[in-house]
Amino acid sequence: MRRILRSLALVAFAVAAGAHAQSTVTETSTRGQQRPVVIASKPFGESYLLCEMFAQLLESRGMSVERRPGLGATEIAFGALRTGAIDAYPEYTGTGLVAVLHDSLPDSVMADSRAVFALVARRFADEYGVRWLPPLGFQNTYAIAVTRATAGKYHLRTLSDLARESPHLTAGFTADFIGRSDGLVGLSRVYGLHPRAVRPLAPAVKYQALASGAVDVIDGYSTDGLLARYDLVTLIDDRHFFPPYEAAALVNGKLESQMPNAVAALTLLSWRLDEKTMRQLNRRVEVDGEDVRVVAADELKTLGLIGGTQSTARVEKSRSGFGRYMWDRRSDLAVLTLRHLLLVGLALLAAVIVAVPLGLFLERTRPLAEPSIGALGVLQTIPSIALLAFMIPLLGVGVIPALVALWLYALYPIARGTYTGVRDADPDAVAAAEALGTTPVQRLMWVRLPLAAPVIMAGIRTAAVITVGAATLAAFIGAGGLGEPIVAGLALADTRMILSGALPAAVLALAVDGVLGLVERLIAPAHRREGVWRRRESSVRERTA
Amino acid sequence: MPTALAARNVSHRFGSVVALDDVSIDVPAGRAVALVGESGSGKTTLLRCFNRLVEPLRGEVRVGNQDVRAQPAVLLRREIGYVQQHGGLLPHWRVLRNVALVPILREMADAVDAARRALDLVGLPVSDFGHRFPHELSGGQRQRVALARSIAARPGVILLDEPFGALDAISRAELQESFDAMRRDLSVTTLLVTHDLAEAGRLADEVVVMRAGRIEQQGAMRTLITAPATDYVARLIERARAGLEALRL
Repeated sequence: MRRILRSLALVAFAVAAGAHAQSTVTETSTRGQQRPVVIASKPFGESYLLCEMFAQLLESRGMSVERRPGLGATEIAFGALRTGAIDAYPEYTGTGLVAVLHDSLPDSVMADSRAVFALVARRFADEYGVRWLPPLGFQNTYAIAVTRATAGKYHLRTLSDLARESPHLTAGFTADFIGRSDGLVGLSRVYGLHPRAVRPLAPAVKYQALASGAVDVIDGYSTDGLLARYDLVTLIDDRHFFPPYEAAALVNGKLESQMPNAVAALTLLSWRLDEKTMRQLNRRVEVDGEDVRVVAADELKTLGLIGGTQSTARVEKSRSGFGRYMWDRRSDLAVLTLRHLLLVGLALLAAVIVAVPLGLFLERTRPLAEPSIGALGVLQTIPSIALLAFMIPLLGVGVIPALVALWLYALYPIARGTYTGVRDADPDAVAAAEALGTTPVQRLMWVRLPLAAPVIMAGIRTAAVITVGAATLAAFIGAGGLGEPIVAGLALADTRMILSGALPAAVLALAVDGVLGLVERLIAPAHRREGVWRRRESSVRERTA
Repeated sequence: MPTALAARNVSHRFGSVVALDDVSIDVPAGRAVALVGESGSGKTTLLRCFNRLVEPLRGEVRVGNQDVRAQPAVLLRREIGYVQQHGGLLPHWRVLRNVALVPILREMADAVDAARRALDLVGLPVSDFGHRFPHELSGGQRQRVALARSIAARPGVILLDEPFGALDAISRAELQESFDAMRRDLSVTTLLVTHDLAEAGRLADEVVVMRAGRIEQQGAMRTLITAPATDYVARLIERARAGLEALRL
């Protein structure tokens, strides 16, 4: 028992040390001017676009940039910024006020976006050492939207109208909006909004859900390109409930001292983007399906912030077939697949190193076995995305927390397989081996492990397939892999992009299972390695003998 | 060299169940003794005391002239042949390697030759059977391999726990015959557990009838038949005889 605890502690220490080592590397390398600026975004189209514009702006000034688009919702992105895992991401003052500072202001201040910005900027600097760069020049407030038909049927013009009719309506809101005090919670309080049902929807599907009639009302952003595409009616906030959501770059306080040129470059975008422009840009990304990189570059050229001419071939490219789309991205996809494999491989290896000895140990201490393996099983019931979110306060964002989460998921099937396999290995053979004078170690190495190998291997295969799937979610906390296009595609409502990650992930799962199946055949106990024919022949012989 | 076995006032319990209650037996060197009784009579528990698969709570168990606790259990077991009901061959080892197990454990220089000789003794020539896996053999052949494994290192004593119990009648009779011949050739001390009185009579010089952890009677089969010490022994013999009578009609 003690030995196992010690080895578990060692593993935990090694993981922590690795995480620490990684963060020190970042710290030390910041003294040189060579380190990349890490730019992230939240998982929706506009945030992606701004992130890409920030990144290209910096690159045009000779800096190297590491992109973490779609890193996570406010808590994750801001958490990453505070801990220094990222340097900057686009944020909105209203979100900062309500979701980070958990504050509200008197109506007189709320109505004044400049005053809100000043207050939020000061408190972020004081409390978190995080700097708001001057606003980009547009607001992106919540837009509670209904179809034109619904608006006509129920005579909806304002949020007060909506509250009156809400018992007849089904709402489809993003999970973020449902939980936020500047979202549904506050709307219910201020307007008395109580829909018949509230369905949590992913940002990517809410417009389709509204258009298809599955829900009657959704939350959008006032600069969403899709509002215009679906010809939706945005209801007026007649009680001025929503705070101003002024967009700006949120920057880690250390960036200014370490790389003042980066901060200066980002500031070039301040006051340059108005709402009309953003709606057009968002529309190109979300409705026309143009590449974020192209749209960002076009706008930066228009603003005269980077050189070159506008791209023209973009529309044809984005409308071409899926096969072509995949082919065009083959090198990106290859890199993502490799990274995915690396994540899976490392997590799986660490899980085998821990879970196989754990299973063997538990087999020796039977009363502990079921509760311990049961506890590992409980981990399986935590949704991957929640487990990944739990990792952020402990380990930050990036590869390390993703590896730890994947490792935790892989433990259960492997420990269970090892325990069951060794426990049930041919009891007669084990008993005879004992009676003839083998030591416990000899029985383990000569009899029990070889006979348990297929069951252990089945556990490892299960763990591998689960890990390939779960690793797509690692992209939510910036660990990369095939989840990257999935997360981005969800944010941009781009099915092709989602598939460009999901299909290779599915193929990878099959391939990993197949390869491990071959390994399983190689390490099967000798008598089971024979072909089916041989076995059938022998059973005939047995019957006739 | 055959080795004598002795148990003196041995008692053992599993939880609250009395398995052995002050039992004493002797097996003279080179002789065969059968332990007979129903399930739960304690016969297997007594057998397993001799290779320390059971450590009795009270009493003394001797193999040769030594208390069994004088050396580590693992070393003791390598000196004692053992056959169990379902042979317990290692399914992933070929026959020759299975038989060589104890010689290998004892680090005998001629381990493989010892295994070959043992296979010859049980009538399974190595050239035909040595390379097979256990599942490629019949039940009777598997039990022969288990026998070969138990004698390959030439132990002075061999313990058998219902060794032929799972076989059909014909394989069983064949195997009893060849075992009897083999044990006399090797003059190995034998302790045999069986629920079959006929088998006991056929293979053993002396029979010990056990019931509920105690010895009802110990003696030659002839004595048991002519002078049963208890009603239980008399009934046991009566029943075995009735079985044979039925065949005579």
